[in-house]
Amino acid sequence: MALLIDKDKCTGCGACLDACPFDALSLVDDKAQVSEACTLCGTCVEVCPEGALSLEEVTRAADGRAAFSRGVWVFAEQRDGALPEVVAELLGQGGRLAADLGVDLSAVLLGQGVAGLAGELFALGAQTVYLADDPRLRHFNDDIYAEVLARLIALHRPEVLLAGATALGRSLIPRVATAAATGLTADCTGLAIDKERRLLLQTRPAFGGNIMATIICPQARPQMATVRPRVMKKGQRQEGATGRLVTVEVAPDQDSATQVLEVVRAVGEQVNLTAAEVVVVGGRGLGKPEGFDLVREMANTLGGVVGATRGAVDAGWIGHAHQVGQTGRTIGPKLYIGLGVSGAVQHLVGMQSSEVIVAVNSDSHAPIFQVATYGIVGDLYEVAPAMLARLKELRG
Amino acid sequence: MKIIVCLKQVPDTAHVKLDPVTHTLKREGVAAIINPFDLFALEAALRLREQVGGAIHVLSMGPPQAAEAIKEAIGYGVDEGLLLSDRAFAGADTWATTAALAAGVRRMGGADLIICGKQAVDGDTAQVGPGLAMRLGLPQVAFVKGWREVAAGHLVVERQMDDGVDVVRLPLPGLITVVREVGEPRPPSLKGKMRAKKYEVPMAGAAVLGLTEAQVGLAGSFTQVVEVFAPQASGQRQMIEAPAQEAGRLVVDYLVRDQIIRLGS
Ligand SMILES: Cc1cc2nc3c(=O)[nH]c(=O)nc-3n(C[C@H](O)[C@H](O)[C@H](O)COP(=O)(O)OP(=O)(O)OC[C@H]3O[C@@H](n4cnc5c(N)ncnc54)[C@H](O)[C@@H]3O)c2cc1C
Ligand SMILES: Nc1ncnc2c1ncn2[C@@H]1O[C@H](COP(=O)(O)O)[C@@H](O)[C@H]1O
Repeated sequence: MALLIDKDKCTGCGACLDACPFDALSLVDDKAQVSEACTLCGTCVEVCPEGALSLEEVTRAADGRAAFSRGVWVFAEQRDGALPEVVAELLGQGGRLAADLGVDLSAVLLGQGVAGLAGELFALGAQTVYLADDPRLRHFNDDIYAEVLARLIALHRPEVLLAGATALGRSLIPRVATAAATGLTADCTGLAIDKERRLLLQTRPAFGGNIMATIICPQARPQMATVRPRVMKKGQRQEGATGRLVTVEVAPDQDSATQVLEVVRAVGEQVNLTAAEVVVVGGRGLGKPEGFDLVREMANTLGGVVGATRGAVDAGWIGHAHQVGQTGRTIGPKLYIGLGVSGAVQHLVGMQSSEVIVAVNSDSHAPIFQVATYGIVGDLYEVAPAMLARLKELRG
Repeated sequence: MKIIVCLKQVPDTAHVKLDPVTHTLKREGVAAIINPFDLFALEAALRLREQVGGAIHVLSMGPPQAAEAIKEAIGYGVDEGLLLSDRAFAGADTWATTAALAAGVRRMGGADLIICGKQAVDGDTAQVGPGLAMRLGLPQVAFVKGWREVAAGHLVVERQMDDGVDVVRLPLPGLITVVREVGEPRPPSLKGKMRAKKYEVPMAGAAVLGLTEAQVGLAGSFTQVVEVFAPQASGQRQMIEAPAQEAGRLVVDYLVRDQIIRLGS
């Protein structure tokens, strides 16, 4: 596999050198030359004005699984017997993909004492629910969960499998994909079907959100993706819908090596940033730790949670659990409000998929304004209290 | 305890930008750095070694210049390193990456504990750790933020979930991926830096690892990138040009109008 350079066409203009994110190209005797640093990302191929660059066709043989794999599956994660919102989103999106492919939508539910959730999965659009209800599945252990899921895949051969890009999903699903010997795309924000080739087109941010990439898995099945919460639209709920319930036995020899000893839920101030509808984020622009009182008041008024930039966390004003961004949590709430946040790329990558972004910053050049739905240039200590006052006024 | 830390050299993503007009990646002064999460993995290893003794090895797959990352790790006090480097590794997805890393781990004689960063900041997949654990048939705990107990045969670790923390017993040998809370990386030591200067990084290619070209790199990958484009600016943007207090009132009105904020309850 290689990047091919047509030396006759190459004029040595250097456009590919500038475009390569990996520094893999150089000019030798006025012709482009590629080094081992090349990841075959193809960026240079697109920028070459002469069409001198190409990627050698991938000749990996299809292993035949595509021919007999059918159906769209959703891994229905549950925590303490409750389905997180992302499951409804996955079933909504999964239903649309299944319709495009002309196949059924199924959900897989693992746990102990969770049979009662099957009805909810039918209402959310699943036609079949595979249920493994077993004491050994009471807590989330990667190895046994992965084993059960991989065996189900081998048995029923779905062509697509989606799971939430939650902590649980991102821990479990790579193990499942490896066990099933197939490809996996992480944290997708867009999914579509190429009907002709029955391919799942998986779109996700890369390079800290600076670029988007569309990825396919042509040879192996299932085509697997974890999907960012709060991005996909839920489907229409069908109250009282029923479907096929398939109970799955956990084999006697299956057990987990890891053991969950204790489950500690976040107490007191809830920092479930990932699931929050409203997140109010405080940045270094707050100027002092007490600034978070204002952030907290705003969050409480809007029924949201408090987030922070790394700048604010590093200043010691608030705990790291609140951090949003590349080294913190990725969020996609309905409403994001940033107070005194500059909008560094490592922060943006963690909040860009928010539905509505409100930014308050005294510097009109702050990069956050480039992603803000509503931008306000001003002192947050004037703007935020005015927002709170207006809310009180309207709510009466 | 023998620990292997998997460490990746990545471009400093803060400087990678796609020109929205020409769709080309702009890369002004993009430096190669150790993936920030892998520094937490390194720090975790150093703390564990302080606690129970043993040796730390670092393993990386990448182009020859990734040897720099391993040398840097030596500066932090790591005992040995191994760089998996081969033209055939280029274009690897996480499936092909774990094929090479698993072979690398075997070549290093295995370990009691393998530590990966939570994710690499170039791809942000967080898939290599769990995938590697599966390849090696090891139990795993991802997103570890600390540990309560370290013994010869097991660890008791705290796993960061979306809504809290799980305390998990991990028998060894095993694999963990770590998040920032395991500890801020210390600076490299002077002694380590001296050693790093002279350290010759051992390298291994596909053949030495017993891997065929079909198993690694792009050829050994299941996934394929078919398109790269600039993030779409979603929805409309509006600067609210008004004095601060008025702007604050207005934005609330807009949010109510857009039904983003509900007034009832
Ligand atoms: C590897 C790596 C990973 C990182 N990961 C993350 C991450 O996960 N999350 C993250 O957030 N950052 C992360 N960062 C850090 C990031 O680069 C920025 O440093 C950080 O986001 C800046 O935080 P800030 O916006 O609070 O501070 P600043 O950049 O200092 O911005 C403060 C802003 O407040 C404005 N301001 C000041 N006073 C007022 C006022 N009275 N009213 C209104 N506005 C005011 C200023 O104009 C300024 O724009 C990471 C960095 C690196 C290198
Ligand atoms: N090429 C590589 N060499 C060594 N370790 C890697 C490599 N790629 C990924 N890793 C490890 O796997 C973790 C997760 O990476 P990723 O799945 O790419 O997000 C990283 O933090 C590293 O610890």
